[in-house]
Amino acid sequence: MKKIVTMLSALVLTLALAGCGSEKAMTYDEYVAAELETKVVVDTYVQAKQSWWQDEATIYTQDKDGAYFVYKMACSEKDYEKLVPGTKIRVTGIKKEWEGEVEIMEGTFKILKGDTYVAEPADATAWLGTDDLIKHQNEFVSFKGMTVEASEDADGNEAAFLYGYDGSGQDGDDLYFNASLDGQTYTFTVESYLCDKTTPVYAAVKNLKVGDKIDMEGFLYWYQNVNPHITSVTVVE
Amino acid sequence: MRKAVRKLGLVWILAALCAVIFTGCHGSKGMEPFEIPEEFDTSREYEITFWAKNDTNKAQTNIYKQAIEDFQTLYPNIKVNLRLYTDYGRIYNDVITNISTNTTPNVCITYPDHIATYLTGTGCVVPLDQLFADSRYGLGGSEVRFESPGKEEIIPQFLEECKLDGTYYAMPFMRSTEACYVNKTYVEKLGYTLPEVLTWDFVWEVSKAAAAKNADGTYVLNGQNVLIPFIYKSTDNMMIQMLRQRDAGYSTASGEIQIFNETTEELLFDIAEATKEGAFSTFKISGYPANFLNAGQCVFAIDSTAGASWMGTHAPLSDISEDKLVEFETAVMTIPQFDPDNPKMISQGPSVCVFNKEDPQEVMASWLFAQYLLTDKVQIAYAGTEGYVPVTGKAQGSAAYQDYLARSGEDNKTYYDVKIKASKLLLDNVDHTFVTPVFNGSTSLRDAAGQMIEKVTNSIRRKEVVDEAYIWDLYRNMASLYRLNRGSGQVSLSGGGQEEQGSMPATAVVLLASLAAAWILILLYVIVSGIRKHKKNIPDKH
Repeated sequence: MKKIVTMLSALVLTLALAGCGSEKAMTYDEYVAAELETKVVVDTYVQAKQSWWQDEATIYTQDKDGAYFVYKMACSEKDYEKLVPGTKIRVTGIKKEWEGEVEIMEGTFKILKGDTYVAEPADATAWLGTDDLIKHQNEFVSFKGMTVEASEDADGNEAAFLYGYDGSGQDGDDLYFNASLDGQTYTFTVESYLCDKTTPVYAAVKNLKVGDKIDMEGFLYWYQNVNPHITSVTVVE
Repeated sequence: MRKAVRKLGLVWILAALCAVIFTGCHGSKGMEPFEIPEEFDTSREYEITFWAKNDTNKAQTNIYKQAIEDFQTLYPNIKVNLRLYTDYGRIYNDVITNISTNTTPNVCITYPDHIATYLTGTGCVVPLDQLFADSRYGLGGSEVRFESPGKEEIIPQFLEECKLDGTYYAMPFMRSTEACYVNKTYVEKLGYTLPEVLTWDFVWEVSKAAAAKNADGTYVLNGQNVLIPFIYKSTDNMMIQMLRQRDAGYSTASGEIQIFNETTEELLFDIAEATKEGAFSTFKISGYPANFLNAGQCVFAIDSTAGASWMGTHAPLSDISEDKLVEFETAVMTIPQFDPDNPKMISQGPSVCVFNKEDPQEVMASWLFAQYLLTDKVQIAYAGTEGYVPVTGKAQGSAAYQDYLARSGEDNKTYYDVKIKASKLLLDNVDHTFVTPVFNGSTSLRDAAGQMIEKVTNSIRRKEVVDEAYIWDLYRNMASLYRLNRGSGQVSLSGGGQEEQGSMPATAVVLLASLAAAWILILLYVIVSGIRKHKKNIPDKH
């Protein structure tokens, strides 16, 4: 009896402790295959933080297989400080799509011990205009040798960049600028919550001139179409 | 490409509410109530700040700048610094943050709901009754250097919306309502004819019919993979207007919460059913109504009349690429009604308030600028940027404005027909508009109203059961989350509280049950061991 009771107790305790955090994380392929509006669990690594407000964090994450944009995840301000680039976390949430952007919403997370990972930017230049691009949605990528094109505000004025998508904003707002490759023009954004007006990339974009040849890095965000959130710009010519 | 402004919203409001609890108007407690000085001192220089909101619309930014320039020409001693926002919630939050340090703007675009919160402290916002009536510097005053409208020239319904506890704390700046932008081509393709006034029954029926799919998963109606027959931008407004149309409870004027009632439950069941049939979604869940409408992926899109420039195949602010645009006829209609003979729709739009400062002369400078925003030139220009209407009868009746309305459809920019039809919709229905009671906490109630629709819609999309138990659980959670205490019938803004926190997560239940079972087994073991030991100590009777 003694042995049986001891074994049962140990079993129950083991199960209890195991059950505590036992949800199995999906692979990236399983995440991609998961239907929208279903629960997803992923182990991923923080790449950048966009914003925190009132216990909700929006972050860019990625593992070696793919990226996950996590929108408004439950997160205390104290925990937000711990989410430095490279930190491994397990995110549990709902897979959703908003204006073409596939993301994890209503998420919770816990920090996992172990390795760290900061993604090197994948060169996405050749993917522009191809079906391959969306397969890399939310990844940290680079674009090389693109040419700054004039942006036109709602009044028809041309500029190398705009405050807000139509020029209706002001310093500190998101910056929008166009750059082309092989005759195709794409829109890029400096997301002001990700990179505010004090950051080098914000200053760099404000100094752009039409015709500049630039290299860029950023996250492959989507709004209707590809709308990368740029984190660095270098004028190369 | 329109900026995704969804990163704010609710969180700002909640944050702001929390902020006001802790900061209130502490910094301004010592501020003397504003008294109109005998004379406005024009020999001094003033620098005032104006926090304004634009709808991500360059034309509106330009109008603000032009208004400031024109005003400064009239009053060279007053410099106005403009700070632009694209989100009311953020203005609200920033104002509250700045109240505690007496660094509020001088003049601010706002909503009366927000002012109710600003007024939790004393003296922050200038009461305007005396200023309105001042014969020299008031509305239409003799010393004002521009043609200021008289108080009687402000549309009475709009002005009344700015009254809190019997005192005017703001002036209306622009007014809008919601409109249903209809793909009339699709409605007729489905075999229906648009009625004179849309009803909820009609919209649900057509939307469900539109959700029919082909064998390959595409929609019969548009041949595309995507179709949201009915999409609503502001679910707060959706619930508020449905309840008002049904004469059901929302709140009393004094702030008694009535929203958690049986009519709300019925409405949520209707929404759940439509969602289940693929007929309904929301902005927060799917995206901008205009984008779906313009891509031929929507039949009924409800959004503000102030969003009319985004709506329709030829919309000047259309936010989708040319290749996605679909040609169709856009009908601009009042929102669906339960009683088409007695339509009811919300009145909304920005108001303008003046913040108190230690220097009454600075307040006078602010007041003069606020008043300038009601002049015909500003009113007509700004109203023309969207489906807004001017707030003064003077501007509405002016030859310039009437000419603007008459030229509907002349082009797809200034005279874009959908935009002007949206303005006319409100002009024709001013008597059918209403506003919700304003009290400290009314913003939370509004958020809860919308959130219930979002929750139900999300749950159906996740194939959860939405039944009576679900709704009552939802009520309890909403009351807790938004601090809406049904029991007392009042809004409580106190943190912490004793509200129920909802059921525990399943994992927590399993863990606690397992631990309890382990303790029971351990205790059982101890008891059994004890009994055995005790038995060993009992002498053998044999």
